[in-house]
Amino acid sequence: MRPHARSQRPPGPRQLPLPLVSTTLFLFIVLSTLVGPLVVAHPPGTIDFSQATRPPGWEHPFGTNDLGQDMLARVLVGGRVSIGVGLGAMVISTVLGTAVGVVAGFAGGLPDALLMRLADAFLALPHLPLLLLTMMLFRDPATSLFGPEYGPFALVTLVIGGLSWMTVARLVRATALTVREMEFVVAARALGASPIRLIRVHVLPHVLSPVIVAATLSVSSAIVMESTLSFLGLGFPPDTPTWGRLLYHARDFLDIAPHMALFPGLALFLTVLSLTSMGDRLQATLEPRRVPNHRPTKVVEHS
Amino acid sequence: MLTYLLRRALVSIPTLIIISIVLFTIVTLAPGDPLAEFALNPAVSAETREQLRVALGLDQPLPIRYVRWVTAFLRGQMGYSFTSQMPVRTLLAQRLGTTLWIVGAGYGVSLVLSLVLGVLSALKPGSLFDRAATTWALSWFSTPTFLTGILFILVFSVKLRWLPSIYTSTLEVADPAGLAALLRQSAMPVAVLALFQTATLMRFVRSAILDQAHQEYVRAARARGIREFFIVSRHILRNALVPVITLVALGIPTIFTGAIVTEQIFRVPGIGSLLVRAIETSDTPVVMAITFLYAILVVLCNLVADVLYGLLDPRVRLGEPVGTG
Repeated sequence: MRPHARSQRPPGPRQLPLPLVSTTLFLFIVLSTLVGPLVVAHPPGTIDFSQATRPPGWEHPFGTNDLGQDMLARVLVGGRVSIGVGLGAMVISTVLGTAVGVVAGFAGGLPDALLMRLADAFLALPHLPLLLLTMMLFRDPATSLFGPEYGPFALVTLVIGGLSWMTVARLVRATALTVREMEFVVAARALGASPIRLIRVHVLPHVLSPVIVAATLSVSSAIVMESTLSFLGLGFPPDTPTWGRLLYHARDFLDIAPHMALFPGLALFLTVLSLTSMGDRLQATLEPRRVPNHRPTKVVEHS
Repeated sequence: MLTYLLRRALVSIPTLIIISIVLFTIVTLAPGDPLAEFALNPAVSAETREQLRVALGLDQPLPIRYVRWVTAFLRGQMGYSFTSQMPVRTLLAQRLGTTLWIVGAGYGVSLVLSLVLGVLSALKPGSLFDRAATTWALSWFSTPTFLTGILFILVFSVKLRWLPSIYTSTLEVADPAGLAALLRQSAMPVAVLALFQTATLMRFVRSAILDQAHQEYVRAARARGIREFFIVSRHILRNALVPVITLVALGIPTIFTGAIVTEQIFRVPGIGSLLVRAIETSDTPVVMAITFLYAILVVLCNLVADVLYGLLDPRVRLGEPVGTG
């Protein structure tokens, strides 16, 4: 079901599969977080107390924080982490969801019932509290396992991805169930095609468009989840400036340095907005037939 | 109807069992000894520590510990907080009222707003109002609650100085002035929760109404010369509200988890901020109790939504396909 209900009008013939403005915006954000930190004048970590909480100006376009660190550099580096978590979690949830969905839809019977029960249980898990709990319990071991730089990153990405495969799994299963009974698949099976080949050649192309839509939307919800964790002070360590972490820190300086909150907030908002509208448009163009389902099953947990 | 209800209720039991197992496993598999802090305490000898371990049942095998935890939980025994030494139940009871007030008010406001906006924009799809309202909803949907909260503090507390940015727990509502103070300090947390929920709900209300607006029965009603107002209020709205009501039930857990963030921003002393503080201080009994309560809430609301849906739409409980006609 779609709590973020899609546009009702079917796309016109000239409509692009992706909205031009949002896609350009998203690509611009991704590119600037990749290239930006290499070219900005001040490294994100340089502390200069004589420059503390400067408002935006020529020297520091986004201003500085309470330690005199350049906010532009920090927003750009933070974007790398936030978008990286979003994309990483999307890959994990898409791969996991597709695998579960294909197996359930294709095997049918008991495996199907068990896997779908599992998906139901995962949907019923309270995601934010559970994320907080796992971060609290496993942050230190993950840090010692993968090092201080990649440990929290791997943990956050894994847990967010591992908590959001259910939508994809359900979509893929539903498509696999339909495709399995189609005549050309029955014919292929009669010709002796192996299950692997049936899945690769017949099922996967069919599930591509719903999966693309779900994947696009899952990037934005993963970014939101990561920033929520960091905002609660439980995501990345303080020296990793993710957007949520920057906002968490800015909360104590709202009266003297509002720019410390405005720029990371704006970056986060624009990223999520562009991803959501990309997902919306993709849905409208790739799946115009998919009428809004009448039966809500689970609200996308989104904070 | 009774069999439908029973079947639904029975289905949610395995879900709860799986969730409790997942939760229990995560907490027990986590590294770190719950009695580790005593190891550094010279006043607690190794024997005392061992006795404590036995007294807490930590020497038992995992399945037994799990069963003990669940049965105790079901009887309302949630253990004692590590940090404050108080029963978890007391801690929760102290803070439940505040959370219920914020969450309830937020959801109430959001219901009214999303119904009004959803209906108005669905009546003339594509109109200026519709486009403005959907864009408005989309932008709130894309703003995480903590960002909305920070923006509100910036505008209403820092710039305009209208509202307090911190929620006072000791406030007593004895006179009109006290009530005004309560409303002033609740305004921002409630608005943050309401706006986010409205973004989701309003888009859903709108699409539910649009789904109905082109049905045959609507055209038939129009052909019989029924006034537009009654077509909308008696025919379209009644049918469109069936899925909306179930979504409202499903949204309850979401708004409760949303309250975790909101309470943290405005320092509201509710369940959510208790959870965050318990996590910061590694207070496992509190964290586990609250997380499991959230899980129960999700399962319960799913059940309520299912039952409501069956109640409002007989086709569902008879197992007939629900088509759009």
